[in-house]
Amino acid sequence: MESNESILQVNHLKINFNTYAGTVKAIRDVSFDLKKGETLAIVGESGSGKTVTTRSIMGLLANNAVVAGGDIQFHGKDVLKMSQRELEQLRGAEIAQIFQDPMTSLDPTMRIGRQIAEPLMVHKGVKKDKAMAQALEMMKLVGITDAENRINDYPHQFSGGMRQRIVIAIALINYPEILIADEPTTALDVTIQAQILDLMRELQNKISTSIIFITHDLGVVAGMADRVAVMYAGKIVEYGTVDEIFYNPKHPYTWGLLSSMPTLETNGDELPSIPGTPPDLLDPPKGDAFAPRNSYALKIDTQREPPFFKVSDTHYAATWLLHPDAPKVTPPEQIIARQAKFAKMQQQLTEEERHHKVEEEEEQQ
Amino acid sequence: MAKYLIKRIFYLLLTLFIVITVTFFMMKLLPGTPLQNQQKLSPSQQHLILKQYGLTKPVWQQYLIYVSGVFHFNFGTSFQFSDQPVSYLISSRIGPSLQLGVQAMILGVIPGIVVGALGAIRKNTWVDATTTIVSILGISIPSFVLAVLLQYYIGLKLGWLPIADWGGFSYTILPTIALAASPFADTARFIRTEMVDVLNSDYIELARAKGLSKWGVIYHHALRNSLIPVVTIVGPLAVNIMTGSMVIENIFSVPGIGDQFVKSILTNDYPTIMAVTIVYSVMLMVVLLITDILYGIIDPRIRITGESN
Repeated sequence: MESNESILQVNHLKINFNTYAGTVKAIRDVSFDLKKGETLAIVGESGSGKTVTTRSIMGLLANNAVVAGGDIQFHGKDVLKMSQRELEQLRGAEIAQIFQDPMTSLDPTMRIGRQIAEPLMVHKGVKKDKAMAQALEMMKLVGITDAENRINDYPHQFSGGMRQRIVIAIALINYPEILIADEPTTALDVTIQAQILDLMRELQNKISTSIIFITHDLGVVAGMADRVAVMYAGKIVEYGTVDEIFYNPKHPYTWGLLSSMPTLETNGDELPSIPGTPPDLLDPPKGDAFAPRNSYALKIDTQREPPFFKVSDTHYAATWLLHPDAPKVTPPEQIIARQAKFAKMQQQLTEEERHHKVEEEEEQQ
Repeated sequence: MAKYLIKRIFYLLLTLFIVITVTFFMMKLLPGTPLQNQQKLSPSQQHLILKQYGLTKPVWQQYLIYVSGVFHFNFGTSFQFSDQPVSYLISSRIGPSLQLGVQAMILGVIPGIVVGALGAIRKNTWVDATTTIVSILGISIPSFVLAVLLQYYIGLKLGWLPIADWGGFSYTILPTIALAASPFADTARFIRTEMVDVLNSDYIELARAKGLSKWGVIYHHALRNSLIPVVTIVGPLAVNIMTGSMVIENIFSVPGIGDQFVKSILTNDYPTIMAVTIVYSVMLMVVLLITDILYGIIDPRIRITGESN
């Protein structure tokens, strides 16, 4: 499924919001790319800029938002420079979105069949009868039971989990290349969450779409994502493959996030948390924005922003701790345990590979 | 649906009965008799006439007689215009009142929706400011002041339309405008507030994410949802127009029942007061019934016959 061909590139994106209090620098130089067929998770606290990033990809920024720099390349065009009309053609056709709260994201006065069929009618000019037939197919695909009888029901006649399935059906009806899922399971019960995540994985395989998965729940990321980008205060601070982020994190903020996530191995009475609150983006601090909350902060962190240091070909982190001259620090216990696990996994993997090779060779002989 | 309607009509009749009772006794508390200004008649002659009309009996007996009459659709004869049955009086005068009321309702509500929606869509621009000013004026200028202004400027100064009287559509225009101003302003204000909320809701965001154009989003999703609460104010607006019509019909000399109502109260014309009250009550209750049915049509969540879940 995955390939190295990237279909979306966000380059040095900077977005400000003009408010009465002043200019809020919500996105401060964010770059990433999305590869065909992969799931990229963007993780971070509330207010870290995850949602603003995706809105700018959809061209759905609020009126007081100002693009202060950067570009978003999609099929050789800059989304940020598109006209309203071009954006309308993009939305719901090539890039679709699933929202956080299924209880409020469906029009309460429109039959759901019509709501699912709408993007087809708008983008492909499909006639209503045909569009409804396709909507029915999509309803079956997303697992709505008794779809034939329910196509003319209204949203209030469905449960939260079913409504989220409907929202997914709306997003996928045009087989978009990119699906943006903005915390799609946050508002759901834990049991329903798992169902929706399974469904998304299944559909991704069926219709081969790339997913940008926004969440603050690392537990969800582990099972969903191929790659993870960790955002803090309007910047990406670390990105890498899901294994790299989970088992070999380098940025103290990622350490904090992972340590504050309970696991089966968590013992003790207290769940660690990251002290303090994110900085005020009206006036972002000089240097590393995370420094005031970072118990591993160096002197340079308060003076100069750390650049990205390469950990592996796929793994980068923006922390001075990776600088060759930086003092060696010991990460939290939990992280050390994770790294140990990762090393073991790597070893197993290479052994398996070797084993595999040997087998192959034997077969050839 | 049929079951629901039957139930509603039963309640409607019950309410009507209570209205009749309360109005009857309140009316009897009014000072004076229908013969107040007949000084030429001697007290014994007056007594004879009152007795002839049954007005010397105890009030509770008069009430029972009246109610039994109503059950037989006998509303009595007017004291004011001797020998004219009240039912004839009303039926000959209800036409102009209904016409004015319906015209005012249409002229108030539909432009109100359009103007209010425009204000919300162009929030915080000059369009919004203008519509807000217009609707504040509509609410704060009393209809009778507007009526006189219209008569003076459009009727007298410009001479475009007749000032008063009744006789064809052109005669209805000024009183309709005077009556419609306040419902127009109420609707516009209400729709604006509601639509601003709706336009900020998640399903509008989703509609935009589907790639609908701005006007597509408004037409297919925002408008209908903004209309739901407006349906609730249709009842009060109808009351507004009915009470307004009493004054407006007087100012424009429209031969309607509003005008008749005022006159009948001034002359203690008991049967007419009662009959007009009944007519107004029935009209209002029918409007409320229609509103409730409309509600279900616009908002599937409160549809009366749930298509079962």
